[in-house]
Amino acid sequence: MTELTYIQFAYLAAATLFIIGLKALGSPRTAPRGNLMASIGMGIAIVATLVMRDVVNYPMILGGVVVGSIIGMLLATRIQMTAMPQMVALLNGFGGGASLLVASAELLKGTVAPLSVPSIAIVVGALIGAVTFTGSIIAFLKLQELMRGQPIVYPGQQFVNGLLGLGVLGLCGLVAMQPDQLPAYAAVLGIALVLGVTLVIPIGGADMPVVISLLNSYSGLAACATGFVLGNSGLVISGSLVGASGIILTKIMCDAMNRSLTNVLFGAFGAVDTSAAATGAVETRTAKAYTADDAAIVFNSARSAIIVPGYGMAVAQAQHAVRELMDDLEGRGVKTRFAIHPVAGRMPGHMNVLLAEANVPYDKLVEMDDINPEFPECDVALVLGANDVVNPDARTAEDSPIYGMPILNVDQAGQVLVIKRSMNPGFAGIQNPLFFLDNTMMVFGDAKETVLGIVEAMKDL
Amino acid sequence: MLDDPAVAMTILVLSLLIGWEVISKVPPLLHTPLMSGSNAISGITIVGAIMAAGAASVTESSWLGFVAIVFATINVVGGFLVTNRMLGMFKKKD
Repeated sequence: MTELTYIQFAYLAAATLFIIGLKALGSPRTAPRGNLMASIGMGIAIVATLVMRDVVNYPMILGGVVVGSIIGMLLATRIQMTAMPQMVALLNGFGGGASLLVASAELLKGTVAPLSVPSIAIVVGALIGAVTFTGSIIAFLKLQELMRGQPIVYPGQQFVNGLLGLGVLGLCGLVAMQPDQLPAYAAVLGIALVLGVTLVIPIGGADMPVVISLLNSYSGLAACATGFVLGNSGLVISGSLVGASGIILTKIMCDAMNRSLTNVLFGAFGAVDTSAAATGAVETRTAKAYTADDAAIVFNSARSAIIVPGYGMAVAQAQHAVRELMDDLEGRGVKTRFAIHPVAGRMPGHMNVLLAEANVPYDKLVEMDDINPEFPECDVALVLGANDVVNPDARTAEDSPIYGMPILNVDQAGQVLVIKRSMNPGFAGIQNPLFFLDNTMMVFGDAKETVLGIVEAMKDL
Repeated sequence: MLDDPAVAMTILVLSLLIGWEVISKVPPLLHTPLMSGSNAISGITIVGAIMAAGAASVTESSWLGFVAIVFATINVVGGFLVTNRMLGMFKKKD
């Protein structure tokens, strides 16, 4: 067997370990082992590459690996669980950036045949990689609140994006046919980097779960394209696994909002809507405000409780306080569980990770479809920093922008407690009739302070 | 081998299908670790980065490869470590 055959076998082993590792992610029990297997697979792929005959400049390689490892380790160990969406956005960006650079390095060698699999893969990899790179940076800036989370829109935005898109595709075709056209390639990179920015700025914070999932998919597809550039099937397989994963998550997120991907990407959902003001619709109902002490009394007489966390819980870092409340309730014999909406938070699974961090056992975290039938029998539903995912208008009001979105039916609970900072409508700017129901008690305040206040008040009961 | 578009497409389509099958079974509970873990896997681009940076003669391509190694390593090391850290938090009732 030639050297190349050995190496291809090593890549096959790596890809196999990735697949088995991802499969093990299907259950919390086996997941740590799965992650370990995938990392071993990566180790095999790296070692196999290092022993290739053409790979000789070890100081250069070692330098890059050391710098990258230090940054990666710092990020992974320092990051707070509430900041996980930003972290994943950054990692997506680095993945896309790496693929973009590898495709460019290959093109610069000047040995790429015109209109071949590698020449097409180079432009595709560079295009996707560049969009992923800057798109992820914008997503990071929005999530880190270094940039405002509201959609940034301007007249003719979609026309401009369309024009950029068409232009870049045309140039991509040109470069694929004439890979020695470096200025055209530079233009592809420039436009694609700009496109990453202009495609993500009109997307609002609440739609970030979709954007992160999609960028995750892109980072995989970019790696996949790199595989075609280098004629390496291991890269193609691994990249498409990640691509598929991101596509699935994107679809789950869109379904959970009852919106199409096109609507999420181009709808600028949550842009300041003046229609309510224009029609003179003024809220005349009043919500009933209560205190933490009142909430404690409600919990004290309950036998079952369901807690619905949202992004507000993450912002207030209230997950540990909520765990205390759960412990206290369970100690009193109140059956307590958490209802997790698929798009609660800023990325898929955000709430689960936060609650796991606070030592909430994962069998207490229940998915939407499983918990919804239980709300009618539940004594108290506590809504903590969630809004649109519990808006009953989604079920009944056909003119509501969120009509048709699957929600958690908290309004069917015996008593609804809503902890919220103020009466300001949620991110999407949509009023929530839940707050005005007879069985709803509003407790205004910071999520963490209020929950700790309830726990404190319950001690006296 | 991948120069043949038919072979290339076969591998691509089959691995997308495998990915779809395997990942559909991951419960929403673990979607965040799935993202960070799959992210680390997309760092497989490091293979291409090493090939570009490791060439005998140092050219522009080598330097692009060097930066690509830094990026991909952040992706790989950061991704696997943070996934491991998260997965360690998921516990059943004791």
